[in-house]
Amino acid sequence: MAQAARMFGPLATRAAPLVWFIVIILMTFLGLLAITFVIGRVVPIDPVLAVVGDRAPRATYEAARLAMGLDDPLVVQFFRYVGDVVQGNLGRSVSTGRPVAEDLARVFPATLEMATLGIIIGVTIGVPMGVIAAARQGSWIDQIIRVLALAGYAIPAFWLGLVGLVIFYAHFRLVGGPGRINIFMDGMVPVRTGLLLVDSLIAGDMRAFRSAFSHIILPGTILGFFSLAYIARMTRSFMLEQLGQEYITTARVKGAPERVIIWRHAFRPIRVQLITVIGLSYAGLLEGSVMIETVFSWPGIGNYLTTALLNADMNAVLGATLVIGAVFITINKGSDLLYRLLDPRARA
Amino acid sequence: MSMAIFSRDWLLSEDPETRAQARLGQFYRLMRALMRNPLAMVGLAIIVALLVVAAFAPWIAPYSPLQGSLQNRLQPPSSAHWMGTDELGRDILSRVIHGSRITLYIVLLVAVISAPLGLIVGAVSGYFGGWVDKVLMGFTDIFLSMPRLIMALAFVAALGPGIENAVIAIAITAWPVYARIARAETLTFRTAEFISAVQMQGASHARVIWRHVIPLCLSSTIVRVTLDMAGIILTAAGLGFLGLGAQPPLPEWGAMISRGRAFILDQWWVATMPGFAIVIVSLGFCLFGDGLRDVLDPKGKVKV
Repeated sequence: MAQAARMFGPLATRAAPLVWFIVIILMTFLGLLAITFVIGRVVPIDPVLAVVGDRAPRATYEAARLAMGLDDPLVVQFFRYVGDVVQGNLGRSVSTGRPVAEDLARVFPATLEMATLGIIIGVTIGVPMGVIAAARQGSWIDQIIRVLALAGYAIPAFWLGLVGLVIFYAHFRLVGGPGRINIFMDGMVPVRTGLLLVDSLIAGDMRAFRSAFSHIILPGTILGFFSLAYIARMTRSFMLEQLGQEYITTARVKGAPERVIIWRHAFRPIRVQLITVIGLSYAGLLEGSVMIETVFSWPGIGNYLTTALLNADMNAVLGATLVIGAVFITINKGSDLLYRLLDPRARA
Repeated sequence: MSMAIFSRDWLLSEDPETRAQARLGQFYRLMRALMRNPLAMVGLAIIVALLVVAAFAPWIAPYSPLQGSLQNRLQPPSSAHWMGTDELGRDILSRVIHGSRITLYIVLLVAVISAPLGLIVGAVSGYFGGWVDKVLMGFTDIFLSMPRLIMALAFVAALGPGIENAVIAIAITAWPVYARIARAETLTFRTAEFISAVQMQGASHARVIWRHVIPLCLSSTIVRVTLDMAGIILTAAGLGFLGLGAQPPLPEWGAMISRGRAFILDQWWVATMPGFAIVIVSLGFCLFGDGLRDVLDPKGKVKV
């Protein structure tokens, strides 16, 4: 790196960490592929038998085995696998009969819609809560954050989903039940973006929009609760760190109003840190939706994954794992990169 | 002298005469600091209760966890069945009580597998530095950036459902955090004089790491393991809920919730009761872990 700096001047000193960062991201993706590859290899199901059936004569079996490339060295097989995945070929699902990539593209928007609603709830409530809690330490809002943080750690999401269904659906009839929309309207809204709330608005179908909204609000709020607990806690600790700095004391001595001190002096510098936290939380929600989707029969990627698990549909399982992992890593590393680019302190 | 043993002054002595005295004194200070934190004591009480309930489950449980009578199926909570009965007429309270054994088994096994693994990887990485560090930490970071729950799901899918496989899958996803912590801790003292002193006395690398590096990484790892217990319990319950963990008729809490799903709208207690057990036990580990961190690892308070 030092040599590069001498050769290309200051630009390279700035670029070198970035290049290293990109290398690490690529390595992480390769690692993910290696893990799914290994998982695919240790499955006790013989992939050849799955194709030729268990009554096939030995010669047919051997021919199929050769044709599938299972005789090649593992490294060759691995790189063939990587090549397939890069080209979007994730194999065919045994249970749906369609290519896994196609299935995943179809179910992904449902997950995205729910997780996005969750993160919107988490950010719009969590950030102000965290700021206020830090400004008024020991106040009731501070106590609430402590309780929420604990609850976020200790309560299983799938259980909270079931309890929510009992209370708000079965008892009070306030929200729609499992599924994305009233079954009578299922498939009636023309698909544009795959996000049902958006699609129904585009189609101008307010009845469908209301139905979709009543179905998404409970799982979305539950996901939102988990991200809120995390975001509020992190915002609070970032703010406390800033409020303890000397420049805040200076601002106070100068007589700046408390509102200005908190929102302009203390909150501004933590915005970049918050991006990372929100990114992590968003990625976590995409993962957390696996459980929630199962509870709410939400036709997203999580439901697809668990259904495939129960059917031992290995291509589908690995494809879904790969996609969730890739999205998770991308958001994760993306927010990290953003942090490095935006925060001058991280550049050193 | 013998009279003075275990007295406060003996325990808090600034210059202990034996190693045992120093250790006991340290333990006494730790317990005193913990006692001042009421929430940590609540957590400890919950953990102790879990241990007692698990140890004496057959004597505490009022009914058999596996046998029920079908005339009694899906009874609401009553004085005879505090948590009601499930679809096979089994007493849910008895099943929850026996389920504590499974939870404890999973949690302990995951801790016993993943903590030492992470500890060794982290200590070796930090102690040697250089390319060993780069390779090991690169490996750790790759595992660290994976979504844990999804990875556990995929591993169980490959290994097949069951408690042992669930434990392996969770342990595989849990160790990188401990490796990171142990490495960070090791870096703070790898160039310290006491390490050089041992090296110059001719101790092998293995001995230095085993006897001098790892013991110093223990406290922060223990704190982190305690804090992680809640997450491990939730993941295990999640795997059980999806039918990938403990198999019926074992009274695993997550699997019980899953069975209760079918009756959730009319017989709410079947699915919700085991959930309370999960919440309480997870809460216990969270509270105790928080208290332990404040005492053992005050500087680690900000990073979570």
